[in-house]
Order: sequence, then C-alpha cells, then structure tokens
Amino acid sequence: MSVTQTTPIVPSFDDEAGGDRKLAIICSKGSLDMAYPGLVLANAALGEGVETHLFFTFWGFDLINKKTMGDLKFTMLGNVATHMPQGLGALPGMTAMATRKMKKSIAEVGVPEVPEFLEQISDSGGHLWACRMSADMNHLTEDDLYDGVEAIISASDFIEKTAGAQLLFV
Amino acid sequence: MPVTTIADREVHVDEEGFLTSYDEWNPDLARALAAAIGLELTDEHLAVVDFLRRDFLTKDETPTLRRVATVGGFPTKQLFVLFPKKPAKKMAYVAGLPKPKGCV
Repeated sequence: MSVTQTTPIVPSFDDEAGGDRKLAIICSKGSLDMAYPGLVLANAALGEGVETHLFFTFWGFDLINKKTMGDLKFTMLGNVATHMPQGLGALPGMTAMATRKMKKSIAEVGVPEVPEFLEQISDSGGHLWACRMSADMNHLTEDDLYDGVEAIISASDFIEKTAGAQLLFV
Repeated sequence: MPVTTIADREVHVDEEGFLTSYDEWNPDLARALAAAIGLELTDEHLAVVDFLRRDFLTKDETPTLRRVATVGGFPTKQLFVLFPKKPAKKMAYVAGLPKPKGCV
C-alpha cells in the first residue's frame, strides 16, 4: 500500500538535536583485540559528524608508537571468550597464530590495520592525543609517535579539551 | 512504502526519505536530492555518486565511506568536504541508495 506525502520526505542530516555532540575515547589497552573497539567507534562517530578525541594512555600507547603500532598481538591466554582450553594459549607459537588469525578476520571484513585506521580517523577530522605520563615513563617524544598525533598532553589537558563530551574508556 | 515528490517527480522512499527504487534515480533527481539536504551538486559530487551507484550494482549494498575512499579512490578528507558532517549517509542519499550498513 502506498501513502502519498505532500511535503517531501527528506532525511534530517543536520538539524538533529545534539549537533554539537562530542565524544572522548580513552584507549588504554595495547592488544590487537582491544585496539579495535575504540578505533571503530571513533570512526563511526566521525562519520556521523561527531567531534571525536582519542587519548592514548598506558598500553594504549602501543597504538601510536611507530615501533609497535603495526605489530599489536592477540593472545588466548587468560581470555575465556575464545572458548578454547586455557592451556593451549600457553603453547609456543600460539600467540603468533592467534594474532595472524585475528588479523585475517579483520582484513576479511574490510577493516584496515591500526596505522591505516588511524590515518583514516585523522583524515576524517579525528583528534589524536598522547598521554604525557605514558610518554615520560617510556622516554618517548613526539618523534617516536604516529605523525597524526597532535600533541603529547597531560590528563588534565585532555579533560579540559573534551569538556562536555561523552566519554568512553577502552 | 511512502511516495514523495522531489523536483515534481514522484519517487518511492523509506521512512527517512532514502530512495528505495534504484531505477527511479537520474542525475537531475540527484541535483534535487542534493539541494534538499543543502548541497549544490558539482561534477566532483557526481563522480562520487556515480561510483556509489556502480559499486551498488556489483555488491548489492551501498559502499561504506572507507570503500568509497579505498576502492573508489576518493580521498577521505575530500569526501568530508564534498558531503560535510555525515558523508556516508549524504552520498547514499544523493545517489538514491539505501544507507550503508557496514561498520567501517
């Protein structure tokens, strides 16, 4: 059955409430499986016109450290969600194998590796920030970090920059 | 399925206003759809829209922003300039296609 409308039905892309929505994502984990949730959500938010800030801290620093960002790993050890016997994860070579498998599954759904994903987020207008304390603890400077990172800032600077934002801790 | 009138033409749309019938689209309608969401269509917009429509035929789904960038070869930054704020949805709308379903 058809219903004919007199005023055109047009999607309301710009005039939705919360047009000034802001999202802050704290990335604190450095394993391959925990890198993606924050990146996928940041990318989705940017695609919806939401101002998005990511703060990389502690192990999350591995996502923006040029030396490690392309080499994050996934381990079955201590992860009951793999539904595999826990002892298996401790066998030599298992972490490498699990990592390869996960990378393959991620690639198969058309999702890029971490460095390329960060580039996409950056190109989409996302803001990447590095944690001052993590940089100091690891004796790293901006030169060691992915070029898209805007600056190394303190936790309070991040809180200030993301005033009014919704916050997600990963 | 609602029917709405865009540029004096009756077209089938979903409840949000996205066209539901691939063949009801043409470049003139694209101009009107773009105008309806505040965009003035240029050849650059049309090149992107043309990719979306061709890709839809091969995949039977609307390409995501990433696919438009990587497969279509349109830089992400430029897509945000051409279709500000919500590029994936706006491109799909102007191309007369459903909203993309993919996450990335």
